[in-house]
Amino acid sequence: MSKALSYEKLNEIIANYPVEKPPIVSILQDIQEEYRYLPQEVFPYLSEKLKVSLAKIYGVATFYENFSLTPKGEYIIKICDGTACHVRKSIPILEALRKELGLNQEKHTTDDLGFTVETVSCLGACGLAPVITVNDKVYASMTPEKTVELLNELRKERNHDHQ
Amino acid sequence: MNRKYITIDGIPAPIEGEKNVLDIIRKVGIDMPTFCYYSDLSVYGACRMCVVEDKHGDVFTSCSTPPRSGMELRTNTPRLQQYRKMILELMLADHCRDCTTCEKNNKCKLQEFASRFGLREVRFENLRSGDVRDHSSRSIVRDKNKCILCGDCVRMCSEIQNVGAIDFSYRGSKMEVIPAFDMPIAETNCVNCGQCSAVCPTGAIVVKDDTRQVWKDLNDEHVVMIAQIAPAVRVALGDEFGLPPGSNVMGKIVTALKRMGFDEVYDTATGADLTVVEEAKEFLSRFETGEKLPLFTSCCPAWFKYAENNHPDMLDNLSSCKSPMQMFGSVLKENIRQSGQKKKGTKVKVVAIMPCTAKKYEAAREEFRFGEDQTIDYCITTQELASMIRESGIRFSTILPEAVDMPFGIASGAGIIFGVTGGVTEAVMRYALREESKQYIKAIAFTGVRGFEGVKEAIIPYKEKEIKIAIVSGLANAEKLIQAIRSGDCQYDFVEVMACPGGCICGAGQPFAEHWAKEERADGMYEADRMSNVKISSENPTTDGLYGGLLKGIKAHELLHYK
Repeated sequence: MSKALSYEKLNEIIANYPVEKPPIVSILQDIQEEYRYLPQEVFPYLSEKLKVSLAKIYGVATFYENFSLTPKGEYIIKICDGTACHVRKSIPILEALRKELGLNQEKHTTDDLGFTVETVSCLGACGLAPVITVNDKVYASMTPEKTVELLNELRKERNHDHQ
Repeated sequence: MNRKYITIDGIPAPIEGEKNVLDIIRKVGIDMPTFCYYSDLSVYGACRMCVVEDKHGDVFTSCSTPPRSGMELRTNTPRLQQYRKMILELMLADHCRDCTTCEKNNKCKLQEFASRFGLREVRFENLRSGDVRDHSSRSIVRDKNKCILCGDCVRMCSEIQNVGAIDFSYRGSKMEVIPAFDMPIAETNCVNCGQCSAVCPTGAIVVKDDTRQVWKDLNDEHVVMIAQIAPAVRVALGDEFGLPPGSNVMGKIVTALKRMGFDEVYDTATGADLTVVEEAKEFLSRFETGEKLPLFTSCCPAWFKYAENNHPDMLDNLSSCKSPMQMFGSVLKENIRQSGQKKKGTKVKVVAIMPCTAKKYEAAREEFRFGEDQTIDYCITTQELASMIRESGIRFSTILPEAVDMPFGIASGAGIIFGVTGGVTEAVMRYALREESKQYIKAIAFTGVRGFEGVKEAIIPYKEKEIKIAIVSGLANAEKLIQAIRSGDCQYDFVEVMACPGGCICGAGQPFAEHWAKEERADGMYEADRMSNVKISSENPTTDGLYGGLLKGIKAHELLHYK
């Protein structure tokens, strides 16, 4: 489940940065780290605290692919589709995962907020292609079968954690 | 002396403090095309129309390149011609091209450049379709399908107005200029100043058109139509009809309005005279007691909204006076209500002709209702009036001027100069010092209240004390001043704020003008003041008569103040 928004936590994050010309990207990254996405309520609060217009912060948040305005899953699976991974068949991995989780090009996150599946353009680990990461942990030389296996393990782990 | 110069198309041009090559190119008489360059805004260098080629074959934007002595530049090589055409073609492929029905038809820079550079076809598929306009605002209409991403509006809104209601969102081919979360602009902190529309080179942001309703009522015999014309309109409308910038066309406007079917026509400057008297009284009483100072003016609706958004704790420092438009509207409607002039079955409607887009929003505010209706039923801009005149077929340049109507036909020069930054202050101070000599009152003009600077200061001796005055235009300037007041760095008694840089003569409802033409407008305002036989608002027989009659007793406060 996603955490409830805490303004204290936001203040804590903001306090780590200078008041003059606050680094919006770093602050948004810290917030996303905490909530796994950028909740909409964060924006007006930040705008007031940082004295930066709402439209500007929204502009920064939508400019970077890495920021998400919709809640992400507990497990974020990134499939590398850089050139090396692509030629070594990363797309079948992506398709297998999407099929398994009922996701598609528009829908990246399962309804129970368990899993998010997205592609990245290069993870810089081309020697291990095709590569996927799960919450930033790297899995090398993947195949659709190995990925589904991994997914089933993650599901078990998740069920265990929630019990 | 060894002068520094650059060479443009083989012609040497001296560097005389210009910050960029573009300004020098324009100085030597070349009309370099730009979408995203405005000298008052930061340099953005996005549109790439102002590219030049140097002797090494390097191509770069002239707007973002500082001049270096010895540069040899060409502005119109075959390569540059090809680049410009390509840029235009790509822009047009991503642009709704319903030019004939566009508000900006004939005033659009994209259209102008496409014609100027001989674009005869667009080879790429058009990516824009459907109606995505945002009609939520009372003042402006946004159409993303016409946006060329020059960012002029974004920089105007954040740099000059410190509002930042819109900004770039998303990236690359998906980039858009929108409010946060793409919400309707009316739900943002937009203050309706409309300056975004004034700098928009295309029809992506335009002023809301209210002329249809005005025409409908003009043609309805059951509606009595009363017009009031704001001071700044008279020195700008002529621009639209080829008259020299700054010409005072007040009389012609009256004639045109009468021909269009208005029953009565008045000058908002008469309303401004009421504002001067009320605001001066309010100021002097606060000044005597030292309470709630500084007193901020409240007649600019964009500034008022800005104060509500950003400084709610300071609202008590804003004058409780209604704007001249609202004061005059209340008086006009109350007069008809009391005198029983109104024929049975008829309705009276007041149309305000304003240089301003925010007045449309002000007219719709709850505190400015008269009974069930808006006090000001319609508010149209100078540009909308120009389009109505054109539509009516009236030849504006040849019609003979007429005078405004009685019984409210007299306005003082003090009321007229409301249209220019510093004018409200000068008018109020004339009233405050009205018992002093004529020379003394004339001298107010030389205390620093006049001129186009964004922040002006003046000190005016009053009785044994001194009145400390600040005059700002542009909301970013206002913000800086407020921060200085809050921190205790500055202390003032009276602060005039106008949202548009230069005051109402530079309002977003006015025809677009270069800086020099805006100065002509200011001169036009001061000339009208010089030519008026009443200089002090309280000496205006019209206002005098009103205070003795219609506004007697508590009516004055009820009709002329919003709280």
